[in-house]
Amino acid sequence: MRLRRVSSTRRHGRHDLMIYDAVIAPFTEFEFMRRALAGVIALALGGAPIGVFLMLRRMSLVGDAMAHAILPGAAIGFLLSGLNLFAMTFGGLVAGFTVAILSGLVARATELKEDASLAAFYLVSLALGVAIVSIKGTNIDLLHVLFGNILAMDDQTLLVIAFNATITLLVLAVIYRPLVIECVDPVFLRTVSRAGAPAHLAFLALVVINLVNGFHALGTLLAVGLMILPAGIARFWSRDITGMIGIAVASAALSGFAGLLLSFHTKIPSGPAIILVCATLYVVSVLFGSVSGLVRQLFPGRHLEA
Amino acid sequence: MSAQLKFRDVTLGYDRHPAVHHLSGEVAAGALVAVVGPNGAGKSTLFRGIVGILKPLAGVIGLGDLNPRDIAYLPQTADIDRSFPISVYDFVGTGLWRRRGIFGGLGKNEQVRITEALGAVGLSGFENRPIGTLSGGQMQRMLFTRVLLQDARVIVLDEPFNAIDAKTSADLVALVRRWHAEKRTVLAALHDMELVRANFPETLLLARSPVAWGATSEVLTAENLLAARHMCEAFDDAAAPCVEHAPSRAA
Repeated sequence: MRLRRVSSTRRHGRHDLMIYDAVIAPFTEFEFMRRALAGVIALALGGAPIGVFLMLRRMSLVGDAMAHAILPGAAIGFLLSGLNLFAMTFGGLVAGFTVAILSGLVARATELKEDASLAAFYLVSLALGVAIVSIKGTNIDLLHVLFGNILAMDDQTLLVIAFNATITLLVLAVIYRPLVIECVDPVFLRTVSRAGAPAHLAFLALVVINLVNGFHALGTLLAVGLMILPAGIARFWSRDITGMIGIAVASAALSGFAGLLLSFHTKIPSGPAIILVCATLYVVSVLFGSVSGLVRQLFPGRHLEA
Repeated sequence: MSAQLKFRDVTLGYDRHPAVHHLSGEVAAGALVAVVGPNGAGKSTLFRGIVGILKPLAGVIGLGDLNPRDIAYLPQTADIDRSFPISVYDFVGTGLWRRRGIFGGLGKNEQVRITEALGAVGLSGFENRPIGTLSGGQMQRMLFTRVLLQDARVIVLDEPFNAIDAKTSADLVALVRRWHAEKRTVLAALHDMELVRANFPETLLLARSPVAWGATSEVLTAENLLAARHMCEAFDDAAAPCVEHAPSRAA
């Protein structure tokens, strides 16, 4: 709302001009800011819906674990061919898929729960990755791998992110119904259809793809942030899964936008800035959310008649 | 009447331990069968075998031309995530899965059927409520709605009236009787003998091994019930492989 007012009346006052300079100008004047904005919006579109499902399946920390599992793969790609986009993407995807599929299979075939089997696999792959890194020697560029740098994103990286986000939305559309039913009532899905296992594996694949996506922009350690935090925010504003996905995407995109500005004006690195803005939205939601927000619970108003 | 389900020396269980031992017999198409027996008698295990989520350790469960996925199954403790943000309407709509599949839209026809089904179990007005806000009885009514929408020839209900008040269970029993009148085959695991005597013409008394199977009045005798109570023992970890072939009960 503020934005619209600002852009239409920006010639009329010093104050409005300042807001224009602060909020709009960074994007109109600098190409890297525009590219970064396009990048975070693509990340929000793909990652936030996946985050909502991760949360509803009580797999929020699983996402975090998988993000760690991607690190050694990406690190190997980096050590073999430097900061090569495709080598690192490929390495991350291979490591992530291996961990996701193996843990998924172990969880389905044995009585070990998914989180436990995933913990086992990601610990192994993390140890393996660190071992390989230390054999080859450390490098300062590894900081880039760990924390990403969305402001230094080139066209190729942007295209990869947009491509992955598109794939995510398409696949999610295909597996949406079985995925939802498998979350609510897995036994029922098993009795009517065989779609449960493929949908589950496809979903794990999407988790990996989006973690690799987030890894390019935010680094391994924060990649999961733009997936889980928006999902948490959405939980406090909607009781319906469709609404939750919409709110998650919107809050992720908003965090990306505001985080880039925060980073631009303060020199806080872009990744942490985006996640900090998202965390602020999350705290506000926990306090004031319309669905079980704390303030609403403390002051619920008089009880209803029926 | 032709047989809808045929059990040929079926043994079902876990880790090679039998939970249902050497069951043979037939369920006629359109039959209304109560499965009774003490806790741990194998009732739930038998149902899981029928709907195909548990493979028999031995023997065959014949379904004729029926796909096990076309059997409507109401599990005893439905493993439902009640905190999941989905409305009653969308939830019961999943009962149309066999017809609509992954992509099929819910047209006007289906919407009318869902509304009618919700009305039939007394859940009109609950369409937009999240499933987490339902009481135990309303939850059970909702699960019956989904079974209703599955429109299945064979319906398997595992202890459907547990922890349900008299009014709700009377409503749901009426629904079961309606299914029977519609010539559907219904099997239900039950503990309430009065309810069984009043509503179910045929009864299988199960205590891991079948104790008796036939007309309810002949099965539910004091001796049979006593025998069933004595036959349920814990799994013996050191049990030897079963070689004995129970005399097959010609059906």
